[in-house]
Amino acid sequence: MNRLLIAFSLVLVLGGCEQSAPRNVGAYLLLDTSGTYSEQLDKAANVITYTLSELGPSDSFAVARIDTGSFSEKDIIAKVTFDDRPSTVNSQKRQFNERVQRYVKVVRPAANTDITGGLLQAIEYLDEKAPGRKVIFIFSDLKEDLLEGYVRDLDLPLDGFEVVALNVTKLRTDNIDPREYLGRLEEWRARVEAGGGSWRVINDLDRLENLLES
Amino acid sequence: MSVNELFMITPSPVLSGLIWLVLAIATLYLARDTAHKAIHVVTHGLHNALRIGARGLNRVQGRLSERNREVLLAAGREAKERIIEREFDRVGDAVQKDLAGYPALSRDLDEAITRIDEDHQQAVEVPPDPPGWVKAVEAVAKIEDRGDPMVSNILGEIHKSLLKAHKQALEQYRLVSHERHEHLRSMMPQWRSIKKTLGTVNKAVDSLLQRSRAIDRHMQDYEEIVKGTDRAVQLLSSSSLVQLFVSALVLAVAVGGAAINFTLIARPMAEMVGGTSFIAGFRTADIAALVIIMVEISMGLFLMESLRITRLFPVIGALPDKVRVRMIWITLFILTLLASVEAGLAYMRELLLQDELATSALLRGGDGGVLTGSHLWITTAAQMGMGFILPFALVFVAIPLETFVHSLRTALGVLGIALVRALALAMRVLGNLFHHTGLLLQRGYDLLIFMPLWMEERMERKARRSTDAESDTDDFGEVAS
Repeated sequence: MNRLLIAFSLVLVLGGCEQSAPRNVGAYLLLDTSGTYSEQLDKAANVITYTLSELGPSDSFAVARIDTGSFSEKDIIAKVTFDDRPSTVNSQKRQFNERVQRYVKVVRPAANTDITGGLLQAIEYLDEKAPGRKVIFIFSDLKEDLLEGYVRDLDLPLDGFEVVALNVTKLRTDNIDPREYLGRLEEWRARVEAGGGSWRVINDLDRLENLLES
Repeated sequence: MSVNELFMITPSPVLSGLIWLVLAIATLYLARDTAHKAIHVVTHGLHNALRIGARGLNRVQGRLSERNREVLLAAGREAKERIIEREFDRVGDAVQKDLAGYPALSRDLDEAITRIDEDHQQAVEVPPDPPGWVKAVEAVAKIEDRGDPMVSNILGEIHKSLLKAHKQALEQYRLVSHERHEHLRSMMPQWRSIKKTLGTVNKAVDSLLQRSRAIDRHMQDYEEIVKGTDRAVQLLSSSSLVQLFVSALVLAVAVGGAAINFTLIARPMAEMVGGTSFIAGFRTADIAALVIIMVEISMGLFLMESLRITRLFPVIGALPDKVRVRMIWITLFILTLLASVEAGLAYMRELLLQDELATSALLRGGDGGVLTGSHLWITTAAQMGMGFILPFALVFVAIPLETFVHSLRTALGVLGIALVRALALAMRVLGNLFHHTGLLLQRGYDLLIFMPLWMEERMERKARRSTDAESDTDDFGEVAS
């Protein structure tokens, strides 16, 4: 009996000393503000509030826009790392939501769409936060439109990242030739998976319960 | 060389098969004795090993039964001693309570009896003294009345005086009788008082008699336990199993209570120790909540031990009364403190829930104001009340826990005996199975080589017959010669 107690205590102590892997979530949402897609931002606001309600203490969340040059901290609209205490988390969520809602009201369409730059910024942010799970949401039609001179044909270090494309709308040209739309999705999937990440597409925003499922 | 080529001794497969069959039968026939011995050795060895094992298990079972019996009797003896001790305590209390005032009672009775005696003495009817002048009257009455008016007057006067005296005596007698009746009347409350006092004494004595009868009964049981009779063991065993089931049921209810308690405090505990730290894969907040509940249960155990309601820790029971009482107050204080902390955490939980609901409402597009309602205070108060009461309710877990621990020992013993007995039986059955399998294998072996065996038997019979014939001829020759 005594031996059993000692063994149990030892397991507990050793288990307690063990450096356990972080279990928090780091989410980064990229908002496409280019051209006509900026009209979809109301839907994005819903996604943001849903994500906020799903996140908990110690989780990190950032919302950034995709514009002409997205590889910049200036494009981050709001970011937060929630406190350890649940009571503080609630007030942080409220403040974050207010900031995003304010931005959605005054957003101006961007001339170009630098998705790769936004992704690189997301990778940098999440790597710095080092959460247990890293999720990047891309709220965009995935049509990249770079300004001349911007170099973005580089590998994306997405090992351990989950990339979720949201509300990938069809362009007028996609309707004429659906292969363009499918090709675009396939191209991004290939890029993400080549970088070591996983890829998902969610177009039905009425079923957001799958948003943060692993 | 393939197997087929090896098999085909002759070009004809049938002939080859026959040759192989003959060869195999011949080999089996030649190896018959060795094969039988081998089968016998293996199966008999297994049979013996299993029998020895079964015998060993039977011995273990016997020892276990003996041990279990001892444990059961010891537990029963201890329980009975406690009951008898308690009964004696009750008798002591009753004697102290009812008969402590016996001297005063006796004095009251004596006084009452003395008063009654005095009253009785005073109530005795004293015959009136015969008047002294009766003889004089008789003498005067004998005087002859010769028409003398003087005498007539004297007699008339005497008659008047006599009537007057008679009237006075009658009045005096009535007065005395009245006084006597008054005395007798004044005796009635004394009688009642004596009756009441004697009734109280009777009640106390009856109660003592009942207690003594209960003690007699318990003492008989105790004697049986001390003697270790089968009846006592049987009674204790069945009683132990019943206690096990009942205490397990109560413990299950207590676990439910502890789970509710845990739910009440685990969430707000995250405010104190953080919501995201983990120890050995479990949330620190959950562990902290669990530790608080465990500490409460431990305090409850110590409290019950200090009150001598349970006897799980003999050290506590053996403490001096002063230390024990101090321990009662300390455990009670810690329990109250923990109950207050729980009530506070339960209140915090409600606040957190409201805040979370408000935030969710805001994120869903509502106004996000703090939820208000006239009924909300009910849930808050209920949670706080439960948070405060549950730790005290958990204190009583100590009683079923003690019963469970004690009866579990017996139940485990019974279970162990049943298991060992079943294992011994299985081993004996298996041993017999091996024995008969050996015989079956030998018969099966003989079945494969029935032809040469049959031939052997025929040849033996023939040889026996010829030997018999030869011996008969020799006998006949001897007789003839």
